[in-house]
Amino acid sequence: MKTRNNGSVVRIAAPFWGLMQRFYFPLLVLAAVALMMIGHVNVGAVDQARARVTDAFTPILNVMSRPAASVADALEYGRQLVDLHEENARLREENTRLRQWEQVALRLEAENGSLRSLLAFKADPPARFITARVVGDPGGAFVRTVVITAGARDGVERGQAAMSGQGLVGRVVQVGEWSSRVLLITDLNARIPVVLETSRQRAMLAGDNSDHPTLLYVPGNTAVSPGERVFTSGHGGLFPPGLPVGVMEIGQDGQPHVVPMADLSRLEHLQIVRFGGTGGLAAEAAQPGAMQ
Amino acid sequence: MAGGFWHRLDQTARNLLPFGSIVVAMLLAMVPLPLPGYSVVTPPLVLICLFYWVIHRPDLLRPLVVFALGVLHDLISGSPLGVTSLYLILTYWLLITQRRFFLGRSFGMLWLGFALVAFGASAVQWLVFALMSAHLLDARPVLVHAALGVAIFPLPTYLLQRLHRAYLS
Repeated sequence: MKTRNNGSVVRIAAPFWGLMQRFYFPLLVLAAVALMMIGHVNVGAVDQARARVTDAFTPILNVMSRPAASVADALEYGRQLVDLHEENARLREENTRLRQWEQVALRLEAENGSLRSLLAFKADPPARFITARVVGDPGGAFVRTVVITAGARDGVERGQAAMSGQGLVGRVVQVGEWSSRVLLITDLNARIPVVLETSRQRAMLAGDNSDHPTLLYVPGNTAVSPGERVFTSGHGGLFPPGLPVGVMEIGQDGQPHVVPMADLSRLEHLQIVRFGGTGGLAAEAAQPGAMQ
Repeated sequence: MAGGFWHRLDQTARNLLPFGSIVVAMLLAMVPLPLPGYSVVTPPLVLICLFYWVIHRPDLLRPLVVFALGVLHDLISGSPLGVTSLYLILTYWLLITQRRFFLGRSFGMLWLGFALVAFGASAVQWLVFALMSAHLLDARPVLVHAALGVAIFPLPTYLLQRLHRAYLS
């Protein structure tokens, strides 16, 4: 009796399973495509999921990245020992130069202060920094983000600017409890409002997956010159104005590009800038894609 | 009785080896190394592991599990949801149909097979990202990515072989 029952179940189920087997892979492929659609439509829920999963894996990545960082430190130490003497001479020379600059800066600061008091100028609120370690660099061919060990608990918010020592690195796009993700300025979806130093020309810095992001919306007739420094303009409200980004150059394609000041290939620690601004979401230029 | 339980536990742990090795490979690929240009061309370790296990032990690595691993990768890495699943599943599909061909072939043939798979997976990635951003992207990063994977292929494969022989034979 039992065997006959089983037999009939198999007889019904066999064609079904055959069908499933045949369409198993196409179904999974369709499911992957469906996931992409969901990622586009329901950005909020997907971001939530990302934040949770990244939170869960950050401690593991943190532990795994320590040996790599130690090895890198050791190599760097060895390399520095070799040219210790030359480095010292260079730093001495630089130090004397910077001392002169310090005098100039102090004088200008005093002058600026007195002029501002004459004009009753309302200064920007001072920025504060949160420093965090880079533990994850997912390194896809088309995605440039890093995961850092600071999150909502430490005061990180979406849209804040991330700096390394020398210049702007990217923008916080996802915040978990104790981890967050920074979209680098070289990513395809990165858009940062900037201003050129001497010509005061505004432009949009747009990542194009190369090491040198493009400057968009620079009118052809404006006198911009290669070598001009590029700063954040502060338009949109979330980024403080005047963060150094890089140096402009004309690329091989004849378009203006920016060479970032920060070395994006060796990020170890990042500073997240807490700017006491209004917190407008306008700084986040909408782009179709994963990370916005 | 207790022996049977421990034996089963041991067997289950061993059977999780393909899954575990892919998760470890995924996390290893995400560790930031301070080498210039490294983050762009991180070798596709996950693809190498998938290639090995689908050819040698597909019974321990179900397509649905691979799909889930792809989703996990996209969630952690910040790439658009579904992209990794898509190319992993396509790779799995291709390999499972060509498995008989690869089994028992020389290492050179496996290497050649992986080269085809790596470049195919890169092509799929490039296509998806180009469609998403709606213009032709520079394909060099994915090509370098695939070439690097092909270049280091013997090392992870050797390690996987050792693990396979030690725990699953």
